[in-house]
Amino acid sequence: MSALELIVSGDARLFAIVGLSLIVTLSATFFAAVIGMPLGALIALTRFPGRNALIVILNGCMGLPPVVVGLGVFLLLSRSGPLGELGILFTPQAMIIAQAVLIGPIIAALTRQVIEDLWAEYRDELVAMDLSRTSRVATLLWDARFSLMTILLAGFGRAAAEVGAVMIVGGNIDGFTRVMTTTIALETSKGNLALAIGLGLVLISIILLINAMAWAVRGWAERHAG
Amino acid sequence: MRLRPILIAAFLAIGTATLPASAQDKSIVVASTTSTQDSGLFGFILPKFKAKTGIDVKVIAQGTGQALDTGRRGDADVVFVHAKAQEEKFVADGFGVKRYPVMYNDFVLIGPKADPAGIKGGKDIVVGLKAINDKASPFVSRGDKSGTHSAELNLWKAASLDPAGTKPGWYREIGQGMGAALNTAGAMLGYVLSDRGTWISFKNKGDLQIAVEGDKRLFNQYGIILVNPTKHAHVKKELGQAFIDWVVSGEGQQAIRDYKIDGQQLFFPNAGTGS
Repeated sequence: MSALELIVSGDARLFAIVGLSLIVTLSATFFAAVIGMPLGALIALTRFPGRNALIVILNGCMGLPPVVVGLGVFLLLSRSGPLGELGILFTPQAMIIAQAVLIGPIIAALTRQVIEDLWAEYRDELVAMDLSRTSRVATLLWDARFSLMTILLAGFGRAAAEVGAVMIVGGNIDGFTRVMTTTIALETSKGNLALAIGLGLVLISIILLINAMAWAVRGWAERHAG
Repeated sequence: MRLRPILIAAFLAIGTATLPASAQDKSIVVASTTSTQDSGLFGFILPKFKAKTGIDVKVIAQGTGQALDTGRRGDADVVFVHAKAQEEKFVADGFGVKRYPVMYNDFVLIGPKADPAGIKGGKDIVVGLKAINDKASPFVSRGDKSGTHSAELNLWKAASLDPAGTKPGWYREIGQGMGAALNTAGAMLGYVLSDRGTWISFKNKGDLQIAVEGDKRLFNQYGIILVNPTKHAHVKKELGQAFIDWVVSGEGQQAIRDYKIDGQQLFFPNAGTGS
């Protein structure tokens, strides 16, 4: 059974896997953005002791290995761990948490850089407008929205592509926590190399499609809202 | 507000993502081995169990060592593995309630068709391993504390050899699952110990074939254990025990017997035999 046949025949299990991948990764991107963007902007606009060290750490965390993030979240959520009471290890929620932890620093670090550059450019105007810090953060984030879209896509791409974290915290359970990347890993280990590479192409196509959609939205927004 | 569609999509996504969790009241988590999953056995028998009881079985395929550890941490309700000594220790340490023998198959020594160690067609695993050692032929070890890995170490011991300790260049521990080990052996034209089920169902045999089989030391027994609810109160003991009872029942045993690939039976039920 080739990946192409699965797509053409509308294989329900393949669509469920693709659907779960998108749900997990979009949710993780959302949470990472909600926390990471304001945090990045706040760091950009604030001066405090240890700021440079924090920025270096934040930038360094862009390279967090997925397998280490997965292991950390696993130990946290395991029944024998501090958050074991929640009982969400080996569920999609655990996978969302792991991916959000993975890409949160990427979104925060890149947002900080973008906002800091923008701040340098518009500092005088914003100071003249006598805005509160929250309003400044909001204004700058809004001004930078097209750059932030690219940052979101970078985070999304990173989360969609990783296998180490979701494998550990999701357990790759058939029909429940199996996503595109863990399916590819599994089919590779079963020796179904043709199916594995086919699924890989499907995954790449989906990521391309989402980027194309984002590009189209951006074009539309630039024309209509300036 | 350009962000609104993204926000709405994300909220929908989170809502959907939490759905399976609320529907999981009749489900158990079984930590098992890569061999039972990669061979397709679970895909065959679990729908039958689901049809009869309505219980969803969520399988996490790991090596036996890791699967037992998952049980020890309380992250699974049932463990279904193949390393009798480790299983008995698991129960003796109080992490499992009782071990039930379920089925067996056997290990086979896989090697390249070129057969650099000259052991093709052998029936004696010790002779085979000694030849690999003498010829320094590449050998891929799972190296992941799985059931197959511990069986392999026991076989080296039977041959009075200790490549895992002395680490000669031809002995390559990859720390991965059975399928990955077969892929690696195929790529480096090396020998590898595999359970027969995974070997039969493996799709990338390439230049590999069975080198040694039929030695009684290659016997591979599987057992199933309920994780002890007195250690981990959240263990779903009724549902977990229902699964165990079904697996060792006449019906479950028949389902295992019925699983075939290309007419070959992969696992041989032997519940209640004391194996």
